[in-house]
Amino acid sequence: MSAATVFGLCAAALIGIGLYGLIVNPHPLRKILAFNVIGSGVFMLFGAIARRGAAAGMGGDPVPQALLITGIVVAFSATALAVALLLRLFDETGSVTLASDAPDKVQAGTDDA
Amino acid sequence: MIDALNIGLAALLLGLALWTILARDAFAAVAGFIAYGLLLTLVWVLLHGIDVALTEAAIGGGLTGALLIGAASRLRGSEAAARAERPGAAAHWLAAGVSVAVTAALAVGVLVLPVPAPTLAPDVAAHIAVTEVGNPITAVLLAFRAMDTLLEAIVLLFALIGVWSLAPDRFWGGRPGLRQHADPNGILAYVARVLPPIGVIAGIYIFWIGADHPGGKFQGATIMAAMWLLVMMAGLADAPPISRTWLRTLLVAGPLVFIAIGAVGVVTADAFLAYPEGGAKPLILAIEFALMPTLTLILGLMLVGAPRRGMPP
Repeated sequence: MSAATVFGLCAAALIGIGLYGLIVNPHPLRKILAFNVIGSGVFMLFGAIARRGAAAGMGGDPVPQALLITGIVVAFSATALAVALLLRLFDETGSVTLASDAPDKVQAGTDDA
Repeated sequence: MIDALNIGLAALLLGLALWTILARDAFAAVAGFIAYGLLLTLVWVLLHGIDVALTEAAIGGGLTGALLIGAASRLRGSEAAARAERPGAAAHWLAAGVSVAVTAALAVGVLVLPVPAPTLAPDVAAHIAVTEVGNPITAVLLAFRAMDTLLEAIVLLFALIGVWSLAPDRFWGGRPGLRQHADPNGILAYVARVLPPIGVIAGIYIFWIGADHPGGKFQGATIMAAMWLLVMMAGLADAPPISRTWLRTLLVAGPLVFIAIGAVGVVTADAFLAYPEGGAKPLILAIEFALMPTLTLILGLMLVGAPRRGMPP
């Protein structure tokens, strides 16, 4: 089995693991982590496909590899923004619940200026 | 032998991913995720993506890990309440079913990928000479698909503005994060004095070598940002207030230079972001030089977070 197939299958499993975590973990930070696991799985799948495109003396297709670099950087910025949102929510309300019946406290706490 | 290595590495990654998802404590989960990011770097090397491996090590594992560790420690008090909200067994089984179905569909997709695989590598090889850079990834990032890289730089800038705008009104314009205090004679302060000169040289080297070999501005900028963060964590320097004009100028300089050079291309080469014949390399270098400080500042400041202190007098 080639490395591309092994890691392609591994990527498929990682996406599944991340998806499961995203659904069942109630804590938003754990959801961010799970989302990053899904993201890395998608990247790895794309990387395996890039590896299959090896030609012209290159170890992999450079176009998807360049897009992967862009993707990893953008995923970091999205994670940073999500973490900032979460920390602000925690600072405002003292909790990070996403449950729909909890926002009373949120409304009381938003008036901070 | 290589097969066994690949399969062992894949199994280890799956184990760490499971740990990240199932660990009881957020801190332990983040620790697992960092180890996972570092192992992912090895996978990129095995998949012949050295540039991607460098990016993954610097950003995917390093910066994301540091960001999440910081968040986990600030959110420690919220975990007990979240545990009480765990969905019931039925939801768990449903989620597991959905996940297994998605994985199965993707796995089938992986096994029936077309042969021979479609590839753009010959096209890149045929046209790379025009760009005068030796690294095909850099040629794609800054010539063939320069639009992606421009939009990426703008996305990073917008994300930082988004992070900043989450500051309470009274802290707007102030310094991000909290002032760090470390023992001035301690090991952290020592490392923060000794390491940055070496790190800055390594960062500039990786940035410069990126034209012809694996490396480039994102990887170099991340190393520079890490050195800056180290100095800040040791309390040797403070984060600049976000209202500073020099800071804001540097933050927009990279994308603006990129757009300006792209606009000049409309006149000299008949398309936005096109380079005139024979002049590609200097223009690519100009863009990279302009982006480097912007990326360093954005990556560093994104990790420090929203302003948490008022305007300095």
